[in-house]
Amino acid sequence: MLKRSLVLALAALLAAGSVFAADVTLLNVSYDPTRELYVEFNAAFARHWKAKTGDTVTVQQSHGGSGKQARAVIDGLEADVVTLALAGDIDAVADKAKLLPPDWQKRLPHNSSPYTSTIVFLVRKGNPRGIKDWNDLVRPGVSVITPNPKTSGGARWNYLAAWGYALKQKGGTDTTARDFVTALFRNVPVLDSGARGSTTTFVQRGLGDVFISWENEAFLAVKEFGADKFEIVVPSISILAEPPVTVVDKVADKRGTRKVAEAYLNHLYSPEGQDIAGRNYYRPRLPEAAKTYEKQFPKINLFTIDELFGGWKSAQDKHFKDGGVFDQIYTPGK
Amino acid sequence: MAGPIALRTSSVSTAIPGATAESPWVKWLLIALTLGFLTLFLFVPLAAVFTEALRKGWNAYLASFSDPAALAAIKLTLLTAAIAVPLNLVFGLAAAWAIARFNFVGKNLLLTLIDLPFAVSPVISGLIYVLLFGLQGWLGPFLAEHDLKIIFAVPGIVLATVFVTFPFVARELIPLMQEQGSEEEQAALSLGASGWQTFWRVTLPNVKWALLYGVILCNARAMGEFGAVSVVSGHIRGKTNTIPLHVEILYNEYNFVAAFAVASLLAILALLTLAAKSLVEWQVRRQAAAPLEPTPAEE
Repeated sequence: MLKRSLVLALAALLAAGSVFAADVTLLNVSYDPTRELYVEFNAAFARHWKAKTGDTVTVQQSHGGSGKQARAVIDGLEADVVTLALAGDIDAVADKAKLLPPDWQKRLPHNSSPYTSTIVFLVRKGNPRGIKDWNDLVRPGVSVITPNPKTSGGARWNYLAAWGYALKQKGGTDTTARDFVTALFRNVPVLDSGARGSTTTFVQRGLGDVFISWENEAFLAVKEFGADKFEIVVPSISILAEPPVTVVDKVADKRGTRKVAEAYLNHLYSPEGQDIAGRNYYRPRLPEAAKTYEKQFPKINLFTIDELFGGWKSAQDKHFKDGGVFDQIYTPGK
Repeated sequence: MAGPIALRTSSVSTAIPGATAESPWVKWLLIALTLGFLTLFLFVPLAAVFTEALRKGWNAYLASFSDPAALAAIKLTLLTAAIAVPLNLVFGLAAAWAIARFNFVGKNLLLTLIDLPFAVSPVISGLIYVLLFGLQGWLGPFLAEHDLKIIFAVPGIVLATVFVTFPFVARELIPLMQEQGSEEEQAALSLGASGWQTFWRVTLPNVKWALLYGVILCNARAMGEFGAVSVVSGHIRGKTNTIPLHVEILYNEYNFVAAFAVASLLAILALLTLAAKSLVEWQVRRQAAAPLEPTPAEE
């Protein structure tokens, strides 16, 4: 009896604590290259939230390949918000775990993507292999580094960008695109599970002649390791990558964090959030911020996934699900 | 007395000079090969860890440990080991006792099962827990309803670690206890000792070095485990990262000094483990050298 009342008292104390002590934690489950972006943004948001409400918010971060992270959320990793590499991964969370409504992408502006990016090439200084465009990647003997499209969101953008390039060539059809992407993956010696793993493979371990990469990841690598070691090559055409963000409704409601979680994501669209995105090499949406960082980003001819692939759902089904086109064309260990 | 350990670690050297017919250059070639291999795969990486960690000096090295995320990782690792090792100690003793002292149906199966964590990939060990306790797993809905968190939280990390490390103690004890047989215990019992007295005064002193040896190995693995823990961790910075996972994160963030500084902790742990292991072996050897001296239990 005494034990029981003790437990009750403790529970009451804990409950009271969470009501009065305005100490909130959020878990942001994100993909690989956003580490630096969210370290900076979380600090900015904590200041903003403190000034606005007086509450202290601590945002915890978890990073990994986008598909792998989605899988973890599906398996019960309690993310208040997910900020993943592509809509398809958040669709999977909505679809498999029913943690958020299927029309989540309509809830925030710009397809719920506060920043965009694209896919470019990172090559070694002086571009010894003379890589200029996508068709240079299928030349025999060129070693290409890209992560695994099964687990990495960036890798799926890479794959679709290559496919789209082939489609857009004269006489380009699904068949020629398939042949092109098959030839490209024949040049891939190793598939890491996330974009950051591939970056270290290319940069630290020195493997490969060209690394197909997120634009922001390529900029970061050049910044971290020096423009005397690597340079960025911009292809003639690439894909507009929209990494989306959303609140995970069931988790946020259960933890009582919906309000702060929504404010967190909205702050990404604010001038401050957009500025931080631009500073971390993501292309801002807000016209003013876009203008500030205009010079930083090369002008690239971009196509969208809706335009060429009919959106993520059909791209996912056709290319990346088990037994899809990627499984058919990629045989490891070559 | 401690035959199996002594044999396994070949601390009791049986090599008789001139007993083998190989010429000296074979001997030297083998020694050179072994040393070369060790240098390439052990000494060089070990030196690299410390060189990289100290690349920017002692201050940067020490600063790596004042980062709250690093401290949290160290704490979590210590906590995990503090739970997993005692559990496996008890389990290992119980399992070894059961197998060495009793005959029962399925004994061989039990032995095989104890070895299972050695046989399966740690990633699979982690995935088992995701399948069991994940939101889409067998017990997932029940756990979610009662707001119990197993995976992507500390309990899952502890479970995965316990699973991966449970053969260590049992595996050290079983051969030893089988060899020793139960004569001494039977003698104690027939002289009127109770079950507990027999255990504390006869069984435990007889196996203490093997037990310690198992605990040391178990602890080293518990602190160093990567694969299984990685699967169930969720990688929440400052919350569910153990030291090995934190090293990976730092490395992926291009924070090489901190990554190698934290990795050097694991390297130091490994060196301490080696030292402790040698000490235990030395003790065992000393006892083996004087087998006729009465042990405290027999006095």
